[in-house]
Amino acid sequence: MWVKNYYGFVWSCLVASFRGNARYYAWMTLLTVITLVGLNAYAKQLVYGLHVTGMSDHVSWGVYIANFTYLVGIAAAAAMLVIPAYVYRDSDMRDVAIFGELLAVAAIVMCLLFVVVDMGRPDRLWHVMPLIGRLNWPQSMLSWDVIVLGVYLLINMHVCGYVLYSRYQGREPSRWLYLPFIFVSIGWAISIHTVTAFLYVGLGGRPFWNSAILGPRFIASAFAAGPAFIVLTFQLIRRFSGYKISDSVLFTLRRIIQVTMLINMFLLGCEVFKEFYTDSLHVASARYLYFGLHGHEGLVPWIWAAVAMNTVSTLLLVSHRSRQIVYLNLACVLAIVGIWIEKGMGLIVPAFVPTPLGQVIEYTPSVNETLVCVGIWAFGFLLYTLMLKSAVPILTGERTSDRNGV
Amino acid sequence: MADLITTRQTADGPDMNRRDFLKKTPVAVAWVAALAGALSPLRNLGDTISAEEFLQSHYKELSPDDMKRVLARITDEVEREYRVRPHLRDVTPMDGVQFAMALNLTRCIGCRKCVHACVEENNQSRSPEIQYIRVLEMPQGTMDMERGNHDYDVEQVPRDGHFYMPVQCQQCENPPCVKVCPVEATWQEPDGIVAVDYNWCIGCRYCEAACPYWARRFNFSKPELPAEDVNPDMAYLSNRPRPKGVVEKCTFCLQRTREGRYPACLEVCPTGSRVFGNVLDPDSSISYILKNKRVFVLKEELGTRPRFYYFFDS
Repeated sequence: MWVKNYYGFVWSCLVASFRGNARYYAWMTLLTVITLVGLNAYAKQLVYGLHVTGMSDHVSWGVYIANFTYLVGIAAAAAMLVIPAYVYRDSDMRDVAIFGELLAVAAIVMCLLFVVVDMGRPDRLWHVMPLIGRLNWPQSMLSWDVIVLGVYLLINMHVCGYVLYSRYQGREPSRWLYLPFIFVSIGWAISIHTVTAFLYVGLGGRPFWNSAILGPRFIASAFAAGPAFIVLTFQLIRRFSGYKISDSVLFTLRRIIQVTMLINMFLLGCEVFKEFYTDSLHVASARYLYFGLHGHEGLVPWIWAAVAMNTVSTLLLVSHRSRQIVYLNLACVLAIVGIWIEKGMGLIVPAFVPTPLGQVIEYTPSVNETLVCVGIWAFGFLLYTLMLKSAVPILTGERTSDRNGV
Repeated sequence: MADLITTRQTADGPDMNRRDFLKKTPVAVAWVAALAGALSPLRNLGDTISAEEFLQSHYKELSPDDMKRVLARITDEVEREYRVRPHLRDVTPMDGVQFAMALNLTRCIGCRKCVHACVEENNQSRSPEIQYIRVLEMPQGTMDMERGNHDYDVEQVPRDGHFYMPVQCQQCENPPCVKVCPVEATWQEPDGIVAVDYNWCIGCRYCEAACPYWARRFNFSKPELPAEDVNPDMAYLSNRPRPKGVVEKCTFCLQRTREGRYPACLEVCPTGSRVFGNVLDPDSSISYILKNKRVFVLKEELGTRPRFYYFFDS
């Protein structure tokens, strides 16, 4: 019986997400077109191989893996809404926590896409599937990542799906069917980003990554960039959907970002100190990143831009200024971009420069590779918009099974 | 603004009437056309993967019969593509054998003959050329590879004040590449050789990131191997032609060494710098070197325990 009801619910969500006014259609058309451009670039990559990217045997991971790493952090940041909502019982937060969980779903889907486009043999994806493939668990950190990301996606899909379905049916969700998952998801959010950090940390041949502080840095930067992203998203949601999100939610998030940005800057400082004060041969990658190595300086302007953005953002966040929404937004934009550079390109690429045999070969993403990335981002936004479009009327009680019985 | 997300209540409900249908059809057709356009490069995808290849199991899960079928299929594929009937077989390790190699840095003159002999033996892509051996020209007085020259002019060797250090897969006893592979597409064989199943590798390149010796190569594009250059003496786990999108590496020429021959790099070396053999045989030349020379391994602090040793002769 409930299968039929649930099917009706999913169908009504689909129908709802295809209806909207001109502005909605324009936005969705734009995203779809960009997604198709990315798909076209990926089709070319499938035909000619990863040769069409800027990667090489020297720098064998690039902007795909950088985006993957960043987005695991965005997905984990849903916990920053869930903790105040359910641990500290902040009722304003509780009303919006679901938007964070939906964001986590979209972000994990984007993560999976970034991993798939990085694969030389996407046709063999089934080799990574537990049970049907041959997962090298518990040896490989990538096998752990497959499991924790998959489970995190399922947890969030369950929580969102169940809560929305109950509301759609016009009844309160049963606590036992979602609260335990909410609490598991908090620990799980930490685990997805820790495991992703361990992917890199565990490699003795890459001294730039082989640092115990990388895990904590990942968590701190994720819990800064993620909530910053959510602050901006919430303002868009309340502007365009009319769903009430109070300023108090934004300022709770501001307090979180204040602390996480400070911790992130502190940990980055610790890393920089260890590298440059020790001044062993292992400093080469960090030197390449911050000052350039043997005349190769590709990442230098980027990392200093990131340092400047993160510093300004932190200063804004700790000052009274950011109690004004405009300055809070500025701080958030700076944190989002600064951390994307610092932990995307600034973290992945330098570990490959110099190579383990001491060669300095730089990496620049190709146009095709960039289009694939932009396409995946557009697809992520598309997915998130579709989910919000179906969820908001259910949360406001405008759309229920009685009133929209499909 | 609020109207953006509220559901439009249509009189006719979800059932599409004719007018709606006429209005919506061109839009749907346009989107389908756009999707087809986006996917159009796939027309050049070339050979599609057969169901048999797609569903092929991991090397270690293939029964002898499965292996026979797989070898027959690949033999046909190679013949079709290169017009050469290969002698393709699954060469298995010998009992009581553990391979190792040692390299005499006093003798090596950096002529790169090993680099090219390796490419010819192992059917690597010629364009771009994939090489398993990288020779570093090192200034005397340092072991810091960052000070090594990878692009030295081979006409000028050996240059005064320099020594030459060829680096290839170190066939580690504790291989980081094997540990990180998410699908066990690479593993250590009983004779110590680290092998790759090119039909199981998913091309994630985690092993490339993990290798401290830069010994792994990825086929970023379809390997280009002219038919006249094909070495028809092939093994499943080593020098058969590789597909696009998988990782490959030095296998100590297992198609030769497991049948009692020397690796190509050793055979071609004009200075006799390379020593290869079974460390379990106390009378082998490799055992002699390990016992009598002051050998060292690269990056010993990483705990990878290479089976590839270096030494300077007095």
